[in-house]
Parts: sequence; C-alpha cells; structure tokens
Amino acid sequence: MVEHGDIRVVHCGGSKINFRDPVITHDSRFLLCASGEAVKVFSTSTEECIHELRGHTGLVTGVLLRPSNHLQVYSSSLDGTLRLWDFTDGILIKVGQRFQLVAVHLPQSGDQMVEAQELSAVLSGVNPNPAAIAFGRGGEFIASVNDLQLEVYFFKKQKSYRFFLKEDNKKGGWNTFTCVACHPKDDCIATGHEDGKIRLWRNFNHKKEYTYSTLHWHHSTVSSLCFTPEGTNLLSGGVESVLVQWRYNQESERDFLPRLGGAITHITVSPDGSLFCTSHSDNKITIIQSCVKVSAVIQGLVKGDSIRTDLMMDPRSKALVLNGKPGHLQFYSLQRDKLLYNLDIVQQEYIHESGLQQFEVVKAAFDASGSWLATVEERHQKAAELELNLKLWAFDEQTQSFVLNTTISAPHDAQITAMCFCQPTDSQTTLLVSTSKDGHFKAWQLAAPAHTEDEGPSWLCDFVSAYHGLVPECCSFSADGSLLAVVFQEVVTVWSPSTWELLTTLSQPPGAVSDLCFGRLSCSKYLLGTTASNLLCWNLLTCSLEWTTSMDVRRLVADPLSENMAAFCYQSGSTDLFVFKPSEPRPLFSHKAVCSGKVTQAVFAPREEMLESCEESSQWLNRSQLYFLTHFSLITRFLLSPLKLVIDDSVAMTPFYLLLGKHRQQQQETALPQTSTSLLLLFFPFFSQLLQTPAHVLPSTSYLCSMFVQSLLISAHAEEEMESEKEEEDSEEEMESSRSKPELAAAAATESDTPALTKAQARELRRVRKLDHSWLAGLLDS
Amino acid sequence: MASFKPTKIQVYPKLGEKVTQDTLYWKNYKAPVQIKEFGAVTSIDFSPVTPHNFAVTAFTRIHIYGPFSQEPVKSFTRFKDTAYCGRFRSDGQLLVAGCEDSVVRLFDVSGKVALRLFKGHTKAVHLTDFTSDRYQILTGSDDYTCRLWDIPNATELTTYTEHTDYIRCGVTSKLNRDLFITGSYDHTVKLFDARVEKSVITMDHGQPVESVLLYPSEGLLVSAGGRHVKVWDLLKGGQPLVSLKNHHKTVTSLALSSNGQRLLSASLDRHVKVYNTTNYKVVHNFDYAASILSLGLAPDDASIVVGMTNSILSIKHRKNQEDSKEIAGQQRRRPSYRVFVKGKNYVPKQDDYLVSKPVKEHLAKYDKQLQRFNVSKALDTALGTYIRFRKPEITVAVIKELDRRGTLKNALAGRDERGLSQLLNFIIGNLVDARFTPVLVTAAEMILDIYQSVIGQSPVVDRQLLRLQDLVKREIEFQKDLLEVLGMLDTMFASSLPRKEVPCSGIATLDWV
Repeated sequence: MVEHGDIRVVHCGGSKINFRDPVITHDSRFLLCASGEAVKVFSTSTEECIHELRGHTGLVTGVLLRPSNHLQVYSSSLDGTLRLWDFTDGILIKVGQRFQLVAVHLPQSGDQMVEAQELSAVLSGVNPNPAAIAFGRGGEFIASVNDLQLEVYFFKKQKSYRFFLKEDNKKGGWNTFTCVACHPKDDCIATGHEDGKIRLWRNFNHKKEYTYSTLHWHHSTVSSLCFTPEGTNLLSGGVESVLVQWRYNQESERDFLPRLGGAITHITVSPDGSLFCTSHSDNKITIIQSCVKVSAVIQGLVKGDSIRTDLMMDPRSKALVLNGKPGHLQFYSLQRDKLLYNLDIVQQEYIHESGLQQFEVVKAAFDASGSWLATVEERHQKAAELELNLKLWAFDEQTQSFVLNTTISAPHDAQITAMCFCQPTDSQTTLLVSTSKDGHFKAWQLAAPAHTEDEGPSWLCDFVSAYHGLVPECCSFSADGSLLAVVFQEVVTVWSPSTWELLTTLSQPPGAVSDLCFGRLSCSKYLLGTTASNLLCWNLLTCSLEWTTSMDVRRLVADPLSENMAAFCYQSGSTDLFVFKPSEPRPLFSHKAVCSGKVTQAVFAPREEMLESCEESSQWLNRSQLYFLTHFSLITRFLLSPLKLVIDDSVAMTPFYLLLGKHRQQQQETALPQTSTSLLLLFFPFFSQLLQTPAHVLPSTSYLCSMFVQSLLISAHAEEEMESEKEEEDSEEEMESSRSKPELAAAAATESDTPALTKAQARELRRVRKLDHSWLAGLLDS
Repeated sequence: MASFKPTKIQVYPKLGEKVTQDTLYWKNYKAPVQIKEFGAVTSIDFSPVTPHNFAVTAFTRIHIYGPFSQEPVKSFTRFKDTAYCGRFRSDGQLLVAGCEDSVVRLFDVSGKVALRLFKGHTKAVHLTDFTSDRYQILTGSDDYTCRLWDIPNATELTTYTEHTDYIRCGVTSKLNRDLFITGSYDHTVKLFDARVEKSVITMDHGQPVESVLLYPSEGLLVSAGGRHVKVWDLLKGGQPLVSLKNHHKTVTSLALSSNGQRLLSASLDRHVKVYNTTNYKVVHNFDYAASILSLGLAPDDASIVVGMTNSILSIKHRKNQEDSKEIAGQQRRRPSYRVFVKGKNYVPKQDDYLVSKPVKEHLAKYDKQLQRFNVSKALDTALGTYIRFRKPEITVAVIKELDRRGTLKNALAGRDERGLSQLLNFIIGNLVDARFTPVLVTAAEMILDIYQSVIGQSPVVDRQLLRLQDLVKREIEFQKDLLEVLGMLDTMFASSLPRKEVPCSGIATLDWV
C-alpha cells in the first residue's frame, strides 16, 4: 500500500566525526562520537558503525557517558535539548529541554543538571572550546583556560583563583592557553600552549605560591591533552600529528607515535585505560592500544578547505571520488556512508607544519570505463615557479587499484583549468584534453612505446592549440566523442578530435561561459552553457542559439544515463534546483530553496536498480540519484519518499490502539446484547494482532495461551473477579507510571473523552488493559 | 601509522640513443680486425659455399680471406692494372674479375693462372658476374656496353649498347639465367632479358648509379646512387617504391642482411646505415674511419666486412653465444638463488599459526636523516662525491625536498669554505641543465642571500661566484637567441598555414640575473 510521494532532500552522510572528542565505553567495545545531527556508535574492533542515534534537530555538540549507568549516554545539541540514549540498542530514553548547550562536562560522580547550572553561574568568559575546561580530582574543582589566564574554581570553598601568564616571554612564542587537563588522582593541572609547551601546575590552591613546570617537545600548538585514568601517563598531541606519551613525574621518558594522519584535535582515553583514541583534522578517529600501537582507524569523508576536484563517480566501484587528505584522492561509498580507500596521488611525505605549501590534488578525471584516471597536482609557492604534475593511472585488474602509468611534469605553463576524457566506450584510443591558463589546450593520447617492448604504453602529447590568446576555461566531449567543445571566455569553440579542425565557434555575449555540457541520447544535438546570468542552449545542427533563460546557474550537471540535466541556481541567499530536458521548454522538476548558501558541487549517481515510477515529476530519479554537497560538508541527496501509508498499516499495533479500536467498535455495537458472537467480534482484532505482530516481540506462547484461555472464560463469572481485578490494576498502574507516563497520560485522555460505559464494557476494558500492561511490563523488565 | 615516504627521485628520460633490439643485435660484434691492403678496396664478395671465404679486390690484386684468418688464404696478382669486381660463381669454384685494361679474367679458385681471358671491351670493365646457369659471364664496361660471354669458348654472345654512360654496377638474377640488371652513370637502371635484343625495363634513378641489389625473392630491386637509395618494384614494371636519403655523401655499396629483414648501405660519408625493410627506417648506424667503398655481409651476419678509401679492410666478427655466456658465468659469483628462497617458499599447512614479520623498509641514508629532520646532514649526504657526480638527480631531488619542507635555508646555512665551494661547484655544473634549473636557481638565490655578508673573504668562493655569474650571463644570451629563432619559426609557420591555429610551444625562460 505504498504510494509515491514527494521528492525530498535527505542528508545522507559525510558529516564530521571529529567535531567533538569521542567517547569510549566502559567495556572498550564501542566508541561514540558526535556526527552532525546524530551520535554514531562504532565498534572499536571492526571499525563499523553499529547505530546512529538520531533525534536531535541541531548540531550535536557533546557526548558523555552517564556516570550512574554505563550503558547510557547523554548528548547535547544546538537545538537546546539534552538527550539520554541507550547506545547498545540505539533507543532514545529521555529528552531534557535546556538552554543551548555548547558542551557538557561531567565529573566522575556528579549529577549532570547541577553541574550544568553551576557552570553557567560560576565562570564567566569561558572559552567555547570544550578542551579549555576540565574537572579536577573527584569533581572538587573546575579549571578553565582562556587567552592568557587559568582560572580554578573550588566547589567546596566556592572560591576561584586566577593565574596569568605574561603575554610573550621570548622568541615570539605565544603563551596563549589552548587546552587543559586535570590529573585524576593528584592536584595537578596540565595546560597546553600555542608555542608547543605543556605546563604542569601544582599548588594552585594558593594565590601566590603556585608552581609550574614546563615540558617542551611539540614545535607548534598543543591542541589536546589527556591523562590516563590512573594518572600515570599524560598524552598530548598537536599539529605535528604525533601522539606523545609522557610519564607522569618522569617527564624525560616519552613514547611517540608519529605520522597518524592529519593534525590531532582531540585525545580521549577509555575508562579502563586500555585504549586511546585520537581525532584528526582530516575527519578521522584512530584507536590506539595502550602499548602505543594503532589498532583501528575510523575514517569519515574528508573535506578540506575546498573541494578542488569536482565530485566524480568512479565508473567501476560507483564510489564518489574527490580530493581528501592532502595529496590523496578519496573513494567514498555513498550507499554505506563509508570511506573505501585513499589513493596516494602525490606520493610524498606530508610535512605537518602550518604555513607550508604542499602539493595538492586539484583536478581529476575518469574515463568512461574507469580504466584510466588522470590527476593534476600543483604546488604554488610564492616567488617560485608553479609546479604542476599531470599523472595518469591505469586500473590494474589484479590488485584492483590504480597504478601510476605516466607522470608528465609541467604539462602546461600555468594552472590547468579543466580536464576531460573522450567519452566513447567502443573506440580503442583514449584521449585526454586539458585546458590551461597559459591559453593553450592540449590533447594527450596513449601511445605505444617507440622502441623497446619491455615498457608499456605511455601518454604523449598529441595536439596543442590556442584561440586568439584567450584563456580556455572548460572543455567537454560530446557523448559519441566526435566533437570537443572548449570555452575561451565568451567564445565556445567546437573542434573535431579526429582531424583537430576548428569546426565552428559559438558565442553569446555578454558574459564568459563558465560551465559547459553536451546533451545526451535524444538531446545530443544540444550544447548547454552557463554564464553568470544566463543558461544558454545551442543547437549544434544549426549552430544557433536554441533558447536561453536568465538565471544564475552555479552548477550544471548532466545525468550520464538519461537526457536530464540539473541546474543549481543561486537566488537571494538560497539555492534552487531545476531539472530539465534540453529539448523541452518546461522543467521536469523544480525545487525552491533546496538549501541555504551556494551549491557548487553535485553529481548524478546511477542507481543499482532502476525504479519504475510513472509520475512525471519524479521520473528523472528512476535511473540515477542526484547528490550534492552543501556548505557544511554534508552530502545530501534527493529521495523518492515512500511516505504516504494507509493509516491502518502505519499505526503501530500498540495495546492502546487495541483498546481504542475495541472501544470504538463497542460504541458501534452498544445496542447489541452481550453474546458470545459479539465477544468473538470484539476479540477479532486481538487475534489479528496476535497473528500480525512479529513473533520476536510477542511474549512467550505459554503466557499468551493462558491469557487467551482466560479471555474466553470471562462470561461465566465476570462479576466476582471484578473487584479483585480493580485493586490489582491500581497497584500495577502505579508501578507502571514511572516507566510510561506519557503513554498512560494518553490513555487517560482517551478515557476521559469517552462517554460513560456500560458496566460490562468497563469491565472488559479493564481486563484488556490489565492484560496488556502486564505483558508490556514483562517486556520492559526483560 | 603510515610509513615514511621516501624522497621521490624524478626519473628523467635517458638522453641519447634508445636501446632497441636492433641496437643490441648490431652492437653484438667484436672489435674490428683491420687489414692494410695495397690500395682502395673497391669490391668485396662472399663465396656462396662454406666456409664462406671472401674475395677482396684492391688495386691490382684480389685476396681471398678465410672466415677467421687475418692473412689471405689465396691471392691473384696477375693483373696488369687495377682489378675490379672479383666475384665468385654460385658453386664457389670460379672467380671472375674485370680490369682497368679492359680484359676480363676467369680464375679457378684453387689455381693461380687465369683460365680464360675475355677480350672485347675497349675500356675498363667495372662489372663482372656469372649468370645463374653458371656457363655465361656478364660484363659491363666504361665503353657504355655490357656483354654476355660464353665461358667454355671464351666468346662473346651478345652486346647491349643501350646505356649512354659508364656502366659501373650490375647484378644477375639468381632465379632466371636470362635476366640481368645493370646500373650506369647515365642515371638509369636497366633490366635486360638475354632472349630479347634490348632492355625490358628502364628505371630512372636520378643520379649516377653506384650499386644495385636484388632481393632474394627478386621482386624488389635496390639501387644506390648519389645520396639516394631507391627501392623499385620489378613486378609492377619498375615502379619506384621508396626513396631513402639518409646519407650526406654518395652511397657506394649495398647489402642485405641474410634473412632479408634489414638493408645496409655504405657511403662515402663514412657511415653504414641499417634499414628495416618493412618500414625503411634507419634502425642502426655504424661509423668508420674513412670513406667506404665496399661492403660485404657474411651469411647469417657472421661478419661485416668494409673496405675503405684509405686501403684498410675492416672485418667485424659476430660475438659467439658461448663467449657471452662465459663472461656471464664469470660475473656470477653470488650466492645461488636457492640460498635466498630458503624457507621462504614454505606453504603454511592448515593448522599452522602464521606469525607475520613486519617487512622492514629500506631507506636511503639521506631519507633516514630527513626522517629525523637532520636537514644539513641530509644535504651533506646528497652532496657526497659519488651521488654528486654520478647521480645528480638525487642531489637535486633532495634539495627540492628540503625546499618543499621549507628548511632549505637552514640546510644551506652554516657551511665553511670547503662545504660552500663544494655546493657552488655542484650548482655551476648543473645549473644550465634544463631539468634541474628551477630547483638550483632557488638554491643559488638562497646561497647568495645567506652568504652575501662573507663575500670577499675567501678567494676560492669569490672565483666560483664569478664563474656562476658568467655562466648565467651566457645562458641568458642563449635563451635570447633561442627565442629569436622561435619567433622566426613562428612567422614562417604563420605564413605557411594561413588559416590554421599555430601551435607554439613555450620555452623555459631563465628569469634570474
């Protein structure tokens, strides 16, 4: 009974997992971390995501285990709520409405509410970074750092001490505090600083006689500090991506774990101290055994400062491909919301130092069959020449990965603006075209080795051309590979790749053409381009402009499997989506305000199974899905929602529904005498419920059997039982109230609404209620 | 935890010739044996029967050499004047030779005195050959005639007077006793049939023809004259197939490699070129000391014999398979393969517990130092004598890596006179190498920045800095000249292709003064 409903925009993954420090459960089996609007539960051994705790409507800002129950966890969110979850089953237990929380902190034995209130009261001017606040030994004091000031507040004495550092001691080292950690057993506070120093503060309950010692290994900012639960070790990490383990009181002994990945942002230790885990700036969580050995890596979608390569689909693995870690290309499975693997493009050691220009992957392209991958990496250092490398990778069937085939250093004199492979699948020769800011575009071709047979074929430059010294901005091949269109600012030039003749030029001033794509299948005679204010469509048969509309198209995407095109237009602060066929004047689908901000990255991903939707507005989603990247690093997609369910099926078969349904039926049948037939009628939904409910949620058969038999025996001696039943029921209701208050309230409401019942009806009602509650209670108890 | 990624050494394409199968094949000859003859060696002919002796015609003598002897096994000296074109009969028993005195002599290979004398020509005879039926002789002379002679009677059978200039070369068909080809200085190559009174096919070579050659199938004919080598298709009535112009002086001699896959041409420009007969591209080239007049190739390419104008005969013998094997055997003194795979090819059984050993990655010394951030030491290692001279790309790669890490300045600073002069030496030696220029220019700029305060304190360093300045000045001049040439070429291309876009490649400019 599923009907096709509206098309919705669904966030489908790729959110940050390194936003706040993750939490390891007491048994060290699970790791919880805030990820966008949900809390994700990962297994520490298999790296798989087990649950997603969904319910928050804002960004989750903190996750914390409940100190009194090891199997429950609190989460705070920007939507102003605090939620308690059972993470083993992934169930929401309680919602607490509070002010907007930035972070939650709990001492080992504190009640969360009290602390939260006190936090807002006792300390003003708190750093918004949760690493800047820590509770000391058994919750006796709270330490907070901000700028050049360390503030310690003692709960017992209700008194705070402030310690200041000088602005700048020597050699341009900044003393600014970045993070703080308190020793669990000792009166000691460790603070991290921007110049890479760690200070250990002691004797801080005196205003004057405090002391501190300095540890210095990090060469740049210490971003996270953490003591192990026993207080024997101090862990620190920073931009260098080296986890340093200091022995407490023997600080000259250190252990290092280098080259963990991106800069370390958070360090946490499991409650038993057997596992460490570090979050990294490249959206990664590393789980480390206490013997300083990496045991697992949980990697999310890496989104650096900018997506220099466009979103692409790997034709083989159907994975989303974009630049990830510096110098790498990431392959991301959209179905599983999981990073498949990173391909090392640059193959150089990454130096963890801020302000250093490194090689970055800026362009990538796949050919139609996925057997070739072209990547461009560049490093632009001020006062030095631009370093460019064009690399071509061949897919190796045996190792199932890409193998470097050709490296072309300095393929162009200036930055490469666009790159595309020739599309046709049947031709033997593969062609790659690259356009550059030096005003040329070049065609590269796979050539057999000139002399010896021992080396394989490699890529060579086949053709170089320019057009009036203009800068080419983008290029595109037609679907059959017979035409190449290269945009030179306002002019679109159409070339024949077989003879390298300039066939025609199209231009439609004003405005430079920024995006270009050919129509496909039945619309292959059309060429579409976008300027800053217009969407243009040329007919290639007549070489004239077919139609034009004025809209600010930021991104034009063509569906590889159909004629459809999607245009993302930016209008007054939000982005609209139009899906259209080049041959038809009317858009197939339009969606106003898909998201706020600009959408510059989008891709059509082919579906694994074709849908058969007949509705016109949703037909374009039959073959492929449209994914786009919003500002907040989330991948979102359009979904055909199977929403509108017939009500009878949709409402869960709760006891209260039974109650209600029976009651209504009873109302209809009030005139009828109480006969066995009517009773059977009455019980009919109960039977159907028994048959329809999944077996694993039903109580044991023996229990149900007795219940069933009892229900059949009612009519004989109903009056006698009634009194005793009533008493039982009352006591039971009290018991239940703590567990399912809202449900009971709802039940009460229905009761009050209903008109007065006959005695028999009321008895019947109570009986059913009693039965249902008891087995519900049984479920809860189990 | 990722492992340390070693410094990437750029692989540059090897300059110079590419090593191909042909290069390997034609280089597989021993050092040449050189024999001094009495005059310019005009002809070399191999005997068709084993042991494939060869007759060398030089001045008034014909020497016959065995395949491995350096002394002639036989010599014919009864010539009154310069002898020409000593050729063996197909059974290797008889030898015919022309002479400047217009008499053609026929010798028994085992005898000494001429068996027959053929008199009739009026001028020097440069062409002699046996027909394939073994009973007739073809001769061609400077009196513009070619004649057929009967051997038993020593009588003239036919005279052809179609050529209008000296006849200097010719060949008889090995398959048909009546067909023969002559090449003349009148620029033509003519195919004669003895059954007909005149030539059957005439081909115009364009230059005086010095040598002709028939393919074993006799469908194709090769003629050499002037700087050109031309291939003709006889089955299509003498249609020109290819014209090769790879020599820069007159081509004097032709030979086919025994399997017919390669064609060799020798020229007065002192080169022997080897062509692939499928696409007629030059696949190899031999250099000799003097202009080459004659070329001979033993069956199975066992030896290449070249006769030159300075009367030297050069014989190159092919290296034996056994010889090369012996050399390889001597080199191999390493532990056997068995030692290395010992225990490694053991396949674990079903219940075995496999303890995997981490593979230790080998890092070069400079990489180990880079891993420890010892930048100055890493640069010192990369500037070590062996690396600096033999593998400058490693030094440059390390400098580049240091620059990428932003620590090149630290690595370059704090050097004494010796260290600095070593560094400057390297830069002076490699700065103008286009592959290294971008990296070394940055380094040189940094060195100048760092050490500008101490300039003038050390004469050694000062001298080197002056050299560097000189070098850069010269290089800039070169680049300017090159750009001028490029501009001229562009103009020419633009005028020759009025409608098409001009592909102009950029040139690396040195913008450092």
